[in-house]
Amino acid sequence: MGLFILRRLGLMLLTALCLTFIVFWLTNLYPNLEKLAKTQGNFRMSDEAVASFLDDRGYLDPLPVKFAQWLGVAPGWVTEKEDGTVTGRCFTEGTPVDERDRFCGVIQGDWGYSTVFKDDVSSIVATRLGLTGKLMFWVLVLMVPSALLIGVLAGMREGSKIDRSLSTVSIVSTATPEYVSGVIFIAVFASSAFGLKWFKGSATSAMESANFENFFLPVLTISLYGMGYIARMTRASMTEVMTAQYIRTARLKGVSFGNIVLKHALRNALIAPFTVIMLQIPWLLNGVVIVETLFNYKGFGWVLVQAAGNNDIELLLAVSVVSVIVVLLTQLISDIGYVFLNPRIRIS
Amino acid sequence: MEQLTWTGALSPLNFALYITLAILLAGIIAQMLLGLVPQGSTRAVSADGTMAADQGFSGLVGKVVSYAFLATLGIVVLYLLGGVAMGTDAGIIGGMARQLVPVWIALAVTFAVSIMFKRKLGLYGKLFDSTVGMIGFGLVMFWVFAGFFGGVLEMIVTHDTLSQTSGMKNKLPGTPLRGAEEGDFQWFLLGGDNLARDVFSRLFDGAWVVVVIAPLATVFAFMVGITLGLPAGYYGGRLDTILSFLANLILAFPVILLFFLLVTPEIVATGIPSYMAMILFFFPVVFFCVLLNSRFYTQPAIRTPLLIVVLGGLFWAYLSLITNNGAIVSNDSYTLPGIPQALDWIAMPSETLVVFVSVVFVNSPTVFRIVRGLALDIKTRDYVAAAQTRGEGPWYIMLWEILPNARGPLIVDFCLRIGYTTILLGTLGFFGLGLESESPDWGTTINAGRRLLSIYPHAAIAPAVCLLTLVLGLNLLADGLREESLRD
Repeated sequence: MGLFILRRLGLMLLTALCLTFIVFWLTNLYPNLEKLAKTQGNFRMSDEAVASFLDDRGYLDPLPVKFAQWLGVAPGWVTEKEDGTVTGRCFTEGTPVDERDRFCGVIQGDWGYSTVFKDDVSSIVATRLGLTGKLMFWVLVLMVPSALLIGVLAGMREGSKIDRSLSTVSIVSTATPEYVSGVIFIAVFASSAFGLKWFKGSATSAMESANFENFFLPVLTISLYGMGYIARMTRASMTEVMTAQYIRTARLKGVSFGNIVLKHALRNALIAPFTVIMLQIPWLLNGVVIVETLFNYKGFGWVLVQAAGNNDIELLLAVSVVSVIVVLLTQLISDIGYVFLNPRIRIS
Repeated sequence: MEQLTWTGALSPLNFALYITLAILLAGIIAQMLLGLVPQGSTRAVSADGTMAADQGFSGLVGKVVSYAFLATLGIVVLYLLGGVAMGTDAGIIGGMARQLVPVWIALAVTFAVSIMFKRKLGLYGKLFDSTVGMIGFGLVMFWVFAGFFGGVLEMIVTHDTLSQTSGMKNKLPGTPLRGAEEGDFQWFLLGGDNLARDVFSRLFDGAWVVVVIAPLATVFAFMVGITLGLPAGYYGGRLDTILSFLANLILAFPVILLFFLLVTPEIVATGIPSYMAMILFFFPVVFFCVLLNSRFYTQPAIRTPLLIVVLGGLFWAYLSLITNNGAIVSNDSYTLPGIPQALDWIAMPSETLVVFVSVVFVNSPTVFRIVRGLALDIKTRDYVAAAQTRGEGPWYIMLWEILPNARGPLIVDFCLRIGYTTILLGTLGFFGLGLESESPDWGTTINAGRRLLSIYPHAAIAPAVCLLTLVLGLNLLADGLREESLRD
């Protein structure tokens, strides 16, 4: 087991490295750098001005060198201008000469500086992740129990009326992407057109103080799309368990239906949905980006949109590292959890 | 001209609709609650040996629900028939029903023909045995026909989709056209958007964009996934390890981040999407080449002319697909020439190409994993062993033994994946990526409409509901197909 986890962690590291390198490469393509220079400097820069702007800031080093600098395994760039001022990746002009670091990268704990927000990347990502964490927590609180309930109720008697109604509900919910349900919810419950105005159409105020009125619609919008899928998987696993031999034995012994469902079937039926729920978490990131944009909630997804829209390289890299780690960690947890929940599976 | 109401002269029906809907909903909830309570029903054996079961209260509720459902359906059909007959006299719904007459006719013909010959049509015919499948198929075909008649033949659309009409900005559904001339359609059936264009016309014009791109992108993703997944599953070993690692790499990439990085004008300028298109679109050519060659290589007299014709056509299509304005990649520093303009019969603008490529790129690893899993399972079967003993080549076994036997799950996944691709395309439009901002496709329209959502929601709701029905139709269709293919 220990070896398995170690190997998975190694693979994870390799994947994360590959993916960040791809992001690094895409963001460092020359047209992207040119756009960055023009938004940072001014829009009427000549081509030479752009080139010297980029050269001064170390953007024109070869790609592997830049990547190594970002990682912190190569010394950061140092530029000496004609007038004698020296700037570098790891220090500003004002830093005394003997306090200047040679290396500053992710390994040294320096995630860089955001060109859009004019702030340290690590602090931006930390605050925004906190806000998104709050959103995700409530999403999971709403989504998981309701999805499991729907799935179990639908799966306990296959083909019954309750099964058909709930299966229809879950199909409809998987067919409703966040931007569709969000638009409909805002229009119906928050706009003046229908006159209901039960909730707020913007979740900006929920960043400081979340309450039912300003936070329920975004949470519901994200949960609804994932809910249908988890419910269908739970239903499938429940119907499979309900046809198993030991359930028949329990029935023949005369155990009541309620007891069969709760004591015999439920625990075995919940193994598969556990994996599905863990694997669904990365997909929630999609929903988070859409919903945070739609409801103007300035969390992690909103930062992603801002960073990508402005080619904020270091922020974008940090964002992609975080999201890739979330994806890989949830995969790892789902694999390990599956082994623990299902003793029939052993990893050799 | 006065403002149209939703149902116009058919308003008396509204009350009946509300009542049947209320009964239907109450009945369904009652049914679900009754399902939780166990109940014994009495059975009586008659003198002639037949048995009669008392259906009890739940049977009664079941009857009420089915009648209420039929009544609701009947009233909806009445609205539509009334609309076809009376046009805008029957309100907005009537006006739309009248505009959609070609779609209704096409749908009716399709269903009539299919049901008549359903026993001869294989899996497609069996679809008409399941209600869910029929509903799904109906919804999907509705949009296919609507897209075709609206987007290609321009029969449904009432106004030009790009021209702005003064005084119609953000007007509510059913607003009469200001300054309408004699031949014009007199109303904006679903209102005007924030640039004073007709929402209804844009909806059906955009349907074609969605209905064409999503299935085509899914087809390409399947070609890539099948061509790589079959050898990975069949050979296993190092090839499998490498391909699976690459697939997992792409799958670990958050989709939305990939879109934001890939679908930008700057990336298009570097030509990366064109190179990706060159690689991804080559897979169908490889697929058909191997498919035909593995089957006919023992009969060169058939194989050689067949391959020349098929590959010639496919290669031409491939070149015209990736060539744009006479060049495959064209930027400031260099140009990679393609085929001349005169031979270029598929005009795909570079914005559409980049959207297409990124959607194929995101979808193919999942298809790869499914196909690989199926190949791993099927290669242990006896008929594969038999083919190996006969001395068939590996590609023959993969494409003519394994692939046909994996078709059931693949067809179901194909339907689901079209729906998922539609959602992805909408996501791209929602963030304003890719397609130009005046494109009538639904995602872009939702994006344009969401800024004024709390005051004028109609411009965003209409495409949202359309997308919902299309994806729902595809999911129901997949469900029906799965049910029917499991039956035998």
